[in-house]
Amino acid sequence: MMPIELTRNRFVKATLRARWPQFVIRAIALAGFLFAILSGLIGTPVGNHNFSIVFVWIVWWALLMLIVVPFLGRGWCAICPIPMPGEWLQNGALLKPHGKGLSLNRKWPRRFRNIWMQNIAFTLLALFSAVVLTRPSITGLVLLLFLIVALVTSLIFERRAFCRYLCPVGGFIGLYSQVAPVEVRVKDPAVCAVHTEKSCYTGSQDGYGCPWLVYPGTLTKNINCGLCLECLRTCTQDNVAFNLRSFGADLKQPSGRKLDEAFKAFIMLGAALIYSAVMLGPWGALKSAAYAIGTPQWLVYALTLLGLIYVILPGTFLIAVALGRKLTHSKETLKKSFVAFAYALVPLGLMAWIAFSLSFVFASLSYLWPTLSDPLGWGWNLFSTANVAWQPYLMSIVPFLQAGVLIGGLLWACVTARRISAEQQQGRNITLQALPVMGFCFVITGGLMGLLIG
Amino acid sequence: MMARSRLSPHWIVLGLLALAIVVVPNPIALAAPVEQHFRIEASAFQYTPEAIHVNPGDHVTLDLVSTDVVHGLYLDGYDLNVTADPGQTATLFFTADRAGSFRFRCSVTCGALHPFMIGKLNVGSNDLFWRAIGLGALAVVAGVWVMRPKGDRQ
Repeated sequence: MMPIELTRNRFVKATLRARWPQFVIRAIALAGFLFAILSGLIGTPVGNHNFSIVFVWIVWWALLMLIVVPFLGRGWCAICPIPMPGEWLQNGALLKPHGKGLSLNRKWPRRFRNIWMQNIAFTLLALFSAVVLTRPSITGLVLLLFLIVALVTSLIFERRAFCRYLCPVGGFIGLYSQVAPVEVRVKDPAVCAVHTEKSCYTGSQDGYGCPWLVYPGTLTKNINCGLCLECLRTCTQDNVAFNLRSFGADLKQPSGRKLDEAFKAFIMLGAALIYSAVMLGPWGALKSAAYAIGTPQWLVYALTLLGLIYVILPGTFLIAVALGRKLTHSKETLKKSFVAFAYALVPLGLMAWIAFSLSFVFASLSYLWPTLSDPLGWGWNLFSTANVAWQPYLMSIVPFLQAGVLIGGLLWACVTARRISAEQQQGRNITLQALPVMGFCFVITGGLMGLLIG
Repeated sequence: MMARSRLSPHWIVLGLLALAIVVVPNPIALAAPVEQHFRIEASAFQYTPEAIHVNPGDHVTLDLVSTDVVHGLYLDGYDLNVTADPGQTATLFFTADRAGSFRFRCSVTCGALHPFMIGKLNVGSNDLFWRAIGLGALAVVAGVWVMRPKGDRQ
C-alpha cells in the first residue's frame, strides 16, 4: 500500500501544526502524572484502590499496548508529560520558541548514542516489576525518578536526550512503532537535499529543531521519530507529511538495523514470557520469589530473567540463524544475519504483549470505577462509584482473542523472516534460510500459548 | 474492464485446513460424569493445589479454605464467585459443563500481589490450546508457502 498523505487535508494539517491541542493534552497528562506520583506517595498502600497503580499500570498500560502502540506507534511520546518540565526550562518557553533556556545543551556522548541504556533501564524495571506494579509508594517513587532524570537530562543535554536514549518505556515503544500504520516523512527528499537552512533540524521561529535529534530528510523508520510534529511546523518548504501506511512498513527496510535494537526485541519477548508465567500463571512460589527482593529466591528469579533475555533467547536464536546460513551457504556475516532476522521478532513480541495485556487488563479494569471516586483510598465517593464491586470483563472471550493475536503475530513474524531472508538469498534458499527462525518463532508462540491459554 | 481476482489454490487449501483444525470434533471419548470434591487452600497469593482437573459434565464441589486473610475464588468462564474468611470453609457447587482451561482468581483484595493470585481449572482436554497450536503450525506453513512475492515463487 502506498502511503496516504493525511496532511493533504487542510483541517488535519492545521490541527497537527497547531500547538494548542498537543499542549492541552500534554498538560492534562502532566496533571495526571503528578497526581499519580502524589497518590502513590500519600494514598492508600492497597494497590488496586490507589490511583497510581490503577491508572498507570492498568488504564494507561491498556491504552498504550492495546491501542496506541499498534495503531499510532510513538503516539504516546507525542503527548508524554514526563519531559515537559525539562523542555520548558530547556527552551525557556511553554509553547513557541522565544527567549533563552537554561540548558547547557551539551551533546549526548557519542558512545551512548544507542538504546543500550534504555535496554538496561527496562531490564532493571523488569527485575523489580512485581513490586513496582503492586506497591503504590514504589510506583510513585519510580514515576518521580522518571521526572527528575528527565528534568536533569534536559538541563545538561540538548533536546529530548532522555526520551531518545534513557527512557525505558520509549525504547520498546520505538521498537514496536515500526509496525504502526502512521509515519512522519518528507514528501520529496530532493527538496531537502537542496534546502540549505535545514530548519526542521535547526529550528525556526515557528518551532523547535527536531527534539529527537533526527534529520527528517533522511528519516526512513519510526523508531527514533517521536511524532512531536515539530518538523511539520518548521519546514519552510511544505515538504513534511503525516502519512497513513501499511502495518509493519518499517520492517521492510533493510537499512539501519542495529544490535541494540535487536536485543531490545529479545528483552521484550523474554519479559513477555516471564511476566506471563509470574503474573498470570498459577505458581505462587514464583510470584513470591519475584516479590521478595533481596532474598535468595528473588536472586534465582533475577538470574533466570537475565539469563533468558540476554543469553538463552539470543543464544537459541543465534543457533537458528546459524543453521539457516549453513543450510544455504550464506555469504552474509553471522552478526548481520542475526541482527536482521531479530526484526522478525518485532511483530511477534508486540502481539505477545497484546495477548498478555488482554487478560491482565480485562481482569483488573473494574478497579477503575472505585478508584475514580476514591483515588487516594481515603474513603471518598466523588462520583458514587466507590462501592462498585470488582468484576472481570470478557473473561470467556479473552482466551480466544489471545489465541488469535498470538497466531497473527506468528504469521506476521514468519512473513517478515521470509522477507528478510529474501534480502540475502534467492529462490529456494529464501525459505530454507528463514525456516529455523520460523521454527524459533513457533516454539516461542507455543510457549506463550501454554502460559496464557494452556 | 477490471480483471476479476481469483483466489489462489494455496489459500483455498490453507483455508480448508484451518477450518478443519477449528471445527473437527475432539476424538477423545468423554468419561461418564462423576462427583468431584476438592479442597483448595488459599494463602498469600497462591492456591493449593494450583490446578485441578475434572471431566466435562462432572459435578464439582470446591471447598475453599483460607489460611491467612480473607480470600475469594472467582472462576473465569463460569462467572462463579465464593469468599472464605480465615479458618473458615466456603463451598462452591457447579457442573463442569464447559470444557477447556479456566483461571480462577482471588476476588477479595488480600495484599500486594492480589491481582495475580491465580489458579487453574482444567475441564477435559484444552481444545482451544491444541487448536491454536495447530493454527500456529499452519501460520508457519502460510508464511513459507503462500505469503511471498509472486516473482519469488517456483
